[in-house]
Amino acid sequence: MATSEASQKQITVMNPDKVSRRGFLGNVLVGWGLFLAGAHVGLLGCVRFLFPNVLFEPPQSFKADLPNTYAEGVDERFKNTNGVWLVKTVSDPLSGRPADAGMFALSTTCTHLGCIPNWLAADLKFKCPCHGSGFRMSGMNFEGPAPRPLERHRIAFADDGQILVDKSQKYQWEKGQWINPESFLKI
Amino acid sequence: MALFESFFNSLASPELYTLIFTGVFLLYCARYRLLTRPGWVVGISLAIALFFIIGAQNHDFMTIIAKGDNMPIVIMIFAVFWCLSLAFRQAAVNDMRIEKGEPPTEALDSNKKVLVWPDLIYPEFVCTVLLTAIFIAWGIAVEAPLEEPASGTRAPNPAKAPWYFLGLQEMLVYFDPWLAGVVLPGMIVVGLMAIPYIDTNPRGNGYFTFKERPFAIGMFLFGFIVLWVSLVIMGTFLRGPNWNFFGPFEYWDPHKIEPLVNVNLSEFIWVGMGNTRLPDNPLIREAPGILLILAYFVITPALLAKTILKKFFHEMGFARFSILIMLLLGMASLPIKMLLRWTINLKYVVAIPEWFFNI
Repeated sequence: MATSEASQKQITVMNPDKVSRRGFLGNVLVGWGLFLAGAHVGLLGCVRFLFPNVLFEPPQSFKADLPNTYAEGVDERFKNTNGVWLVKTVSDPLSGRPADAGMFALSTTCTHLGCIPNWLAADLKFKCPCHGSGFRMSGMNFEGPAPRPLERHRIAFADDGQILVDKSQKYQWEKGQWINPESFLKI
Repeated sequence: MALFESFFNSLASPELYTLIFTGVFLLYCARYRLLTRPGWVVGISLAIALFFIIGAQNHDFMTIIAKGDNMPIVIMIFAVFWCLSLAFRQAAVNDMRIEKGEPPTEALDSNKKVLVWPDLIYPEFVCTVLLTAIFIAWGIAVEAPLEEPASGTRAPNPAKAPWYFLGLQEMLVYFDPWLAGVVLPGMIVVGLMAIPYIDTNPRGNGYFTFKERPFAIGMFLFGFIVLWVSLVIMGTFLRGPNWNFFGPFEYWDPHKIEPLVNVNLSEFIWVGMGNTRLPDNPLIREAPGILLILAYFVITPALLAKTILKKFFHEMGFARFSILIMLLLGMASLPIKMLLRWTINLKYVVAIPEWFFNI
């Protein structure tokens, strides 16, 4: 006890402006509090970046010409601008109406890792250049690693008779959504 | 020349390429004392160089190796071979000394001390200057392999990963993204970190040897050489447009037709063997695959612990042995899945796209 008091005194002599334990902890608390508050303000600033003032993106819903401008098969005119293939077919058994001719809108995003496949007209298939996934004209996956078919989008007639494609709606075959009448436009 | 090209093109089917690569690797491990003699190392290096020199006469092959991206791969082939030879040469010398009852060569100079300056810093400084000079010359001489401006609606064909990620890209061809992109790389990193805790055998610490640690070194090198380096080479020389397989001397025809109709295990079982349609409930439909995966990860370790790896099981104890076996089985699942895809076009063992779960 005596030695402890003596050493305590010695320390006090050596450090005349010694900070008390309570004072030190108080300083730490204030310092960390200020730091964390500042960090959170910075974080909020980052969150603000998720909501830009202007979006340079094509609208999700767009008009895609009159149906009679399309030939049977895959049409690529809206691939680069809107990320959609429009397919005209005489029969599409996968949408549950094999007797009807019509059109559907296929997403251009590969269901494996999100690359953009190419339409190989000579081979009648979509083929992804990244890992070799292949899809038939209907969007059905048949080769490579893609685990599910390409997604289809909502397709309907606009008031002026043009085709209206709505990319905010998607229909997945593996969930049984291709039989939804809005995923297939009877012509 | 035509004979040379058609010979190597015929070896370039993926299953043959992998079998030959694995065979050469096993032969090297078995005969490392002979194959690491200086004469052999020089001879094999010259043979590889000769292959590239003759191959460069071919326009299609030249296009591949002259691309700025692919030059590191050619360098890598030599660098891996030389580093391997250097390590195995020292292991061969030590193994022969240990057989004669002498200590390994590293024990002889364990008392020798060197000065940091000039013995260590000076060679490092010379290397730094040399490499900087080489990289500057390389950077000036070879054009950067820039491509067309990036576009969200078009991907180059073939779309290849950077050369060091080609092994990962090849893995993604056989597995679902969450497995090949998250679980398997995670297992590789965690598995490498776990080695010091699994492997408590002190032999081989501080000196080169192969004879005393054939399993540990062999398994590591199998993972690195056969399952990574060989996939990088395959991704560079054998993968072409639409991610199809091409021979190294074959024209990259973007319309090459390769019938790759892939079949899930459930379709093999229910439609192929049972001659019925697929059950509607995904769990019943995929039951064979789920049982197979469970058997692979439960029954195989038990069998191995009772038979080939009995000694390991007793030395390591249950916990260590289980972790080792899980890592080994995870590693083995890659070549197994690749071979099944190439031979019987198997797509997924368990395929539940409804829940985005495929193995």
